[in-house]
Amino acid sequence: MRKDYNLEKRKFVIGGFIVVIVAIYLFKLFDLQILDDKYSEIAVSNARSTKITHPSRGQIYDRNGNLVVYNEPAYDLVLVPKDVQEFDTTTMCKILQLKREDFDLLWKNMSDPKKNKNYSATTPQPLVQNLDSTTYGRLQEILYRFPGFDISQRIIRRYNYIAAANILGDIREVNAEDIERDTDNYYIPGDYTGDLGVEKSYEKYLRGVKGKEILIRDARGKIKGRYNDGKDDVQPIAGKDLQLSIDIDLQCFGEKIMRGKRGAIVAIEPKTGEVLALVTSPSYDPALLVGKDRGKNYAKLVSDPNKPLFDRAIMAAYPPGSTFKPTQGLIFMQEGITNLSTSYPCYRGYINKGLKVGCHGHGSPISLQPALATSCNGYFCWGLYYMLKNHKYENLDSAFTVWKNYMVEMGYGYKLNIDLPAESRGFIPNAKFYNEHIGEGKWGANTVISIAIGQGEIMATPLQIANLSATIANRGYYITPHVVKQIRDVGILKEYTQKHQPSINREYYENVATGMRMAVTGGTCRGANLPGLEVCGKTGTVQNPHGRDHSVFMGFAPKEDPKIAICVYVENAGFGAQVAVPLGAMVLERYLRGESEEIESRASKWSDRWLEENPSVFEEEEVQQQLNPDTTAKPSAATAHNQSSGNPLKGLPLNREQQQAILTRPIGTIITRNGFNKG
Amino acid sequence: MVSTRDNNQDASNRLLASVDWFTVLLYVILVIYGAISIYAATTTSSSQVSMFDFDTYSGKQFVWIGLSFVIGFSLLLIDRRLYEAYAYPIYAIMIIILIATAFFSPNIKGSHSWLKFGAVSLQPAEFAKTATALALAKLFSTYGFQLRGWRTYIVPVGIILFPVLCIILENETGSALVYFSLIFVLYREGMSGFVLFALLCAVTYFVLVLKFAGTLIMGIPMGTFIVLTCVMVVIVIMLLIYCRSLILGRNVALGYIACALLTWILSLMGIHINGYVFFFTVIPLSLIYLLIGMFHDDLNKVLTTVIFAVVSIIFMFSANFAFNHALKPHQQNRINIALGIEEDLKGKGYNVNQSKIAIGSGGLTGKGFLEGTQTKLNYVPEQHTDFIFCTIGEEQGFVGTSAVLILFLTLILRVIAIAERQHTTFGRVYAYCVASILIFHLTINIGMVIGIVPVIGIPLPFFSYGGSSLWGFTILLFILLRIDAVRTEYGTW
Repeated sequence: MRKDYNLEKRKFVIGGFIVVIVAIYLFKLFDLQILDDKYSEIAVSNARSTKITHPSRGQIYDRNGNLVVYNEPAYDLVLVPKDVQEFDTTTMCKILQLKREDFDLLWKNMSDPKKNKNYSATTPQPLVQNLDSTTYGRLQEILYRFPGFDISQRIIRRYNYIAAANILGDIREVNAEDIERDTDNYYIPGDYTGDLGVEKSYEKYLRGVKGKEILIRDARGKIKGRYNDGKDDVQPIAGKDLQLSIDIDLQCFGEKIMRGKRGAIVAIEPKTGEVLALVTSPSYDPALLVGKDRGKNYAKLVSDPNKPLFDRAIMAAYPPGSTFKPTQGLIFMQEGITNLSTSYPCYRGYINKGLKVGCHGHGSPISLQPALATSCNGYFCWGLYYMLKNHKYENLDSAFTVWKNYMVEMGYGYKLNIDLPAESRGFIPNAKFYNEHIGEGKWGANTVISIAIGQGEIMATPLQIANLSATIANRGYYITPHVVKQIRDVGILKEYTQKHQPSINREYYENVATGMRMAVTGGTCRGANLPGLEVCGKTGTVQNPHGRDHSVFMGFAPKEDPKIAICVYVENAGFGAQVAVPLGAMVLERYLRGESEEIESRASKWSDRWLEENPSVFEEEEVQQQLNPDTTAKPSAATAHNQSSGNPLKGLPLNREQQQAILTRPIGTIITRNGFNKG
Repeated sequence: MVSTRDNNQDASNRLLASVDWFTVLLYVILVIYGAISIYAATTTSSSQVSMFDFDTYSGKQFVWIGLSFVIGFSLLLIDRRLYEAYAYPIYAIMIIILIATAFFSPNIKGSHSWLKFGAVSLQPAEFAKTATALALAKLFSTYGFQLRGWRTYIVPVGIILFPVLCIILENETGSALVYFSLIFVLYREGMSGFVLFALLCAVTYFVLVLKFAGTLIMGIPMGTFIVLTCVMVVIVIMLLIYCRSLILGRNVALGYIACALLTWILSLMGIHINGYVFFFTVIPLSLIYLLIGMFHDDLNKVLTTVIFAVVSIIFMFSANFAFNHALKPHQQNRINIALGIEEDLKGKGYNVNQSKIAIGSGGLTGKGFLEGTQTKLNYVPEQHTDFIFCTIGEEQGFVGTSAVLILFLTLILRVIAIAERQHTTFGRVYAYCVASILIFHLTINIGMVIGIVPVIGIPLPFFSYGGSSLWGFTILLFILLRIDAVRTEYGTW
């Protein structure tokens, strides 16, 4: 064959072509594999899947070691959509006790990515949550017939007592806002977080530390095994248990006797500031906010006109009424305005320059201790009048500022910072407030005189009132009230061990305590005179434009070495002596003498009788609120000069929670500006 | 005199001695490396499955390999003259099988390309390459056949296109494209190099127009701008090299430069000339000049240059249209991904991106045998077939990938060398067919895996899992070895 050497040269073109191609590919591979690090990093994140393992949430005990809140496994029916085959829907519906339409609806919701944001065909999707134990058992038996279905276990909160919902709170799934606000980067969608109560305030201790399992994941998201045989996994650390300072039995007792009433009971151990009971009424069963009906129940509680979610003990700002008087006695003595023997006249009231604040019959003139015992209005009005007029102060403003500072020292006007969310700060006016609302130079002692008897602008939470009681019991100091006695392995938080000491001498507290003892032995609190317990007390009857007066009792016992200080506040119940005093006495007795059948039956009887006499307290109030949506702003002595009194909130330097508290309008948070007091 | 028996003995001794054992060695290395890679692609180090377990892909591949050795050895025993004598009948039978497959085979993922024989499925298209190569070799070795004039192209192009049509009928476009690589054979046997050059230009222009369509320069798309500039450069180059006309080339080049400078100066002065205006003034003017000038020079070659320029421009404008209308959406996507126009890592670009991640994460020496994660965990699609190169890249690193490329390069260059040492046209043409097919498979498969060629589903020879592909390439290669083995025996036959 003749060789064509010209054409043979073309082998170089063809060979050259593939040499060039291989060279280009080698160059590209060199770039991909050696120069560019990006791909190794992606490969790592590609194939590893970190699965969070959840720690068990801390359990909650009461002060005596009774288990109050614990964890229990809950079972969900889940399915991996891709693995599900044709199945017997009739049997499935029968076991789940669902109608076919309901089942189809659940199925639709599960497989709709809009509703089920975590939807994936290859990972388990929840279909029915919180199976009851019988359904769970029956499902277990036949699950093998339903490929792709499985039962997954979760932990849910369980409650041993139908009580203390306001203290315990609840947990809920985190929302976008929680995740955004979370500076620890702890939460991921699907996590639970405390929503109310100590579940919220002690969230960081209760939740524990998450662990992680590093798994190997394939392209379809299927888990193929553990990375590095689990050597890099991190074990979760269980949440810390809480021991409440609450005596759960006393709490239950308090909730029982508050049935059918609106109001609060706060009981504090004076020496430690530990809250023994924090009752709000009406309340609810904490178990309502667990499980699949949580949303429904929550909405119901929110729309309930009696606001069971509103913790009246710490969120309601009420006029303290006559329970305020001891603070005034203390200030007057400390400021040298009065001494124990100073007497003021009171002829059925404080009558000064045409202003009259009524009072009831008692001897006149009267000194501090009898005034406390009889709850005399006149004494305290005169005291405040003489203090504000006193020339030892530069002017009215500075006199008022001195007065206000004492009030703040005693725990009024600001949050006490109890370890529960959404506490109200109450309200103590200052000179600036009156200068702005009435006008500089336009107000004087008589304009604001109603504050001397805990009315007018004064607002306090039952907690603040109880704290005053504890301060008097301690003869001059208090420890910030708190509901958690200790956190396991952590102990008690430092802020709940520090003493707060108002700058008032111990002897004046002693004087006031004696006056309060006199109220029990021979004054307005005779109903609380429990033999052998040396109860000291002070009643309050707070006038209220909505209807019956609020009934208030503040006290502690025994007089020497007190073990318990309480405040009972019952809305629209009448005279303090009528309702709050007997309730308070029962709580004191229940705590100091311990559980007995006698007191339980007495409490039940009392409670039943009260319910019979006041069957419709809730309904009545609803109607009234609807009829008089804006009766909250009766002109008072203070606002008489202020024409813009249409809006009770206007101009008040309230914080957000206070406004919230007022807007949600449980009875009693009304800013009563009436200077008349019947206590 | 030597006895007949001795003669036979001698003949087979001679045959064994003259088989190109180097190629056989390369072949054995490649198929074993392939089977090991398949094992690596489908097993993890923790699983205790044996490489030879028949339930694994690698176990099955070893069976295919064993049978391949039998086939290869048998092919060596067949008289070489039979291949030449039966080239056309083999081709005809293959075509019939292809057509039958297209119409009667079951639908597997949209393609009708598999024939089932009991437990074994085969893809006739893989074997049709050998048949086509034989037929083409036979045609060229026909006495007096030479590529001269366009009529002589009809039969060889027909031989190439017939199986292409059949395979397109089977809906296996990727496998059909392989046959276009046989253009290298036509080139070696006398087709004008100009065709290759034109093809190169066409591919380049197509890529440039699509890739740089997004930005504007002088008021026209960047891609169009670059291609038109290329057209001007090509005109000058063709005038200088192809037409060997220094004067015309110089004049045109100077004219272009002058116009470009003028436009640049005008733009500095604030007068912006639209790109189309510029190019469609300058290029036609130069072409008119050439048409006038050609009477003084080689008429045909200058005319070719002019026509080439005009066709280039028409092609450029129709490229977009063809892309949008002639290609199916998934094909457009694959091109867009390969050109980097579109980056859709979760959707259309997922496969190639994962494949790049797998290879890229291998580094210099790789993650180690069976230690790869990306391929085994199914991040890479078809990890034991078309994307087998990923496993090598991930577990053996750059060392492994370059070794594979060098092995293939060696094999291809060896085949070209074998081709050129043939004394017969039949042998040479067949060998070039083998080389061309290997070149195409290597270029497309590796290019696709590393993301610079659009995804076209064709296997990596000897590596990708599958009996058809392995057997197809074994037959292709061993027929060549048999033809080559007796090259010294006869000058002609």
